[in-house]
Amino acid sequence: MSEDAIVVEGLEKSYGSVRALCGVDFSAQTGTVLGLLGPNGAGKTTAVRILATLLEPDGGTARVAGFDVVRDAAALRAKIGLAGQYAAVDENLTGFENLEMVGELYHLGRARARARADELLERFELTDAAKRPVKSYSGGMRRRLDLAAALVASPPVLFLDEPTTGLDPRSRLGMWETIESHAASGTTVLLTTQYLDEADRLADRIVVVDHGNVIAEGTSDELKDRVGGERLEVQLEDVADCERAIDVLSEVTGERPSLEDRTVRAPVRRRSGVIAEAVLRLTEADVGIDDIVLRRPTLDDVFIALTGHAAEEEPADEPAEETPEEVAA
Amino acid sequence: MSAFAMTVSDTLVLARRNLKRIPRQPDLLIAYTIQPVMFVLLFVYVFGGAIATPGFDYVDFLMPGIIVQSIAFGGFVTALGLSEDVQKGLIDRFRSLPMSRGAVLAGRTFSDILLNCLSLVVLLAVGFAAGFNFIDSDVGQVALGIVLLLLLGYAFSWVFALVGLFSSSPETANSIGFTLIFPLTFASSVFVPAESMPDGLRQFAEANPFTTVSDAVRSLWIGTPPHTDVWMAFIWCVVLIAIFAPLAISRYRHVAAR
Repeated sequence: MSEDAIVVEGLEKSYGSVRALCGVDFSAQTGTVLGLLGPNGAGKTTAVRILATLLEPDGGTARVAGFDVVRDAAALRAKIGLAGQYAAVDENLTGFENLEMVGELYHLGRARARARADELLERFELTDAAKRPVKSYSGGMRRRLDLAAALVASPPVLFLDEPTTGLDPRSRLGMWETIESHAASGTTVLLTTQYLDEADRLADRIVVVDHGNVIAEGTSDELKDRVGGERLEVQLEDVADCERAIDVLSEVTGERPSLEDRTVRAPVRRRSGVIAEAVLRLTEADVGIDDIVLRRPTLDDVFIALTGHAAEEEPADEPAEETPEEVAA
Repeated sequence: MSAFAMTVSDTLVLARRNLKRIPRQPDLLIAYTIQPVMFVLLFVYVFGGAIATPGFDYVDFLMPGIIVQSIAFGGFVTALGLSEDVQKGLIDRFRSLPMSRGAVLAGRTFSDILLNCLSLVVLLAVGFAAGFNFIDSDVGQVALGIVLLLLLGYAFSWVFALVGLFSSSPETANSIGFTLIFPLTFASSVFVPAESMPDGLRQFAEANPFTTVSDAVRSLWIGTPPHTDVWMAFIWCVVLIAIFAPLAISRYRHVAAR
C-alpha cells in the first residue's frame, strides 16, 4: 500500500517564546478529507503553513504527496493547492485574469491556463462575473475564486485554511456544497476549521488540536460519542406530565432521559425523524410541548469534554447544566 | 523549463499583473503624474524666484533634480503593492506556487521601470513647457542621463520593496516612505544648490546620493561642472541595488500574512 498523502510526525514550531506546535502527529490517507479542528491560536494555520512550504518547522518531519516539506519544497509546490480565510486573490484583476495568472505561474502555458480558467469559472458559477474586477465580488464569490485558484493545476493535495470563516450562513452553506462537489473528489484535502459542524460535514477524519497539541482524533461519530452526542430537549407545558414524557422519550431514543425544571433531555443516536416521532408519540400520550429541539454538540462541548476548558478564552454562555457529563449521565 | 527561463517567464507574468492595475486605479495614475507636475509648478513659479542658481535659469537647475526625486519615488508603488499583497495573503499564494522565488520582486521592480519611463515623459514634457532646455549636451549625454535616472529608479524600487515587505499595511508603508525617505530628497541638491546650505547640513547634502545623482544628471543635461564624477552616481545606484535587493529577497522568503 502506498504512503499516506500527508504524514506529520513530531512537528514543532515556536514563535519566540510562544509554542505554536508542540510535537504534533497526524496523517491523512490519500483521497480522504482530514479536518484539523481547533479554536483560534490552536496551531492549525501554523501546521498548514508548514505543510504548504510557507514556513519551516523547528522540529519533526512532514511529508506531503511523498515529498519532504523542507528538503523537497520546490518539487512539492507543483503538487499542492492552497486556499483559505484570506481569499488570496488580486482585487484589481478580474476573476478570469486571476486564474489565468495562477495557471501561468503553475507553468501550464498561456493557452492551457486560459482554457483552465474558463473551465473553473464555469464550475464555480463565476462565469457571469469573469470579466469583472474581483473588487466587486461578494465574500462568497471571492472564496469560490480563491478555491478555484487552488485547483488550477488539479493538485493531488489541497489545503483549505478555514475556508468559511467570516462568511454569512448562506455563503457558508454554498461553500460547503462547492467543496463537497468539486474539491474533495479524489483529492486529498486538509481542512482547518473552528466549526465542528463544518468538520462533521466535510471531513472523513478529524484531528482536534489545542495549544499546539493533538488532543483527540477520530471520525466525527467517534468524537461525538466522546462528547455525548446529540441530544433531544423537550420543554413541557406542564411539569406534571414529566413521567409520561420520560417514558415516551426513552422509547423513542432508546436512552434514559433526564429532567431538569420543565425540560426533558435524552441523548440521540440517530438523527433523522427523531423530532417528528417524538412530537407524534408525545401528542398521542397527551403531553403538551412548549418547545422541542435537537441540540448538537458544539466545539465548546468537544473542548469541555476533552480538555475541561472552553474553546474560547471566555466563559461558556451556557450554565453548568449544559456540560456533557450531565447529559451523558 | 530551465530555472532562468522560468524566472523570466514568471517575472513577466507578474509585471503584466502589476501594470494591469494601473489604468483600473485612475487615482493612482493621477497621483503618479500630477504630483510631480505640481512640484515642478510650485518650485519654478513659487520658490524659483527666491533660489539663486548662478549661471543658470532655475528651471534648468530644477528639472534634473525634480526628475531624480520623482523617479526615486516611482518605486513607491512597489512598497504599496507589496504591503497590500502581504496583507491580503497574496504573497502566501505566490510562495505556495511552483514559481521562481525571485519573480514577485523582479516583476515588481521591472514594471516600475516601465512606469518610470512614463513619468519621465510626463516630467520632461512639463519641463519643456515651463522653459527647460538641454544645454550643451549631445544625444549621448541626454541618453546617459535617462539611463542613470532609470537605474536610480530601479535601485529605489528595491529600497521600497523592502519597505513594503516590512510594512503591515499600505498606510504604514506610506508613512515610512514619507517620513524617512522623502526628507532625504530635500537635504540634497535636488531643489537648491548644496553650497547655499549651512555647515553640517551642507556636508550631509554633499554626501547624499540624491545630490550625487542630481549633479550627475545636471552635468550631462545642462553642462554644470559635476560635483562628483558621473560614474560615482552609477556606482551609488549599483551599491543601493547590491544592498537592498538581497535584503528584500531575504525578507520575502520569510514574510507572513498577519
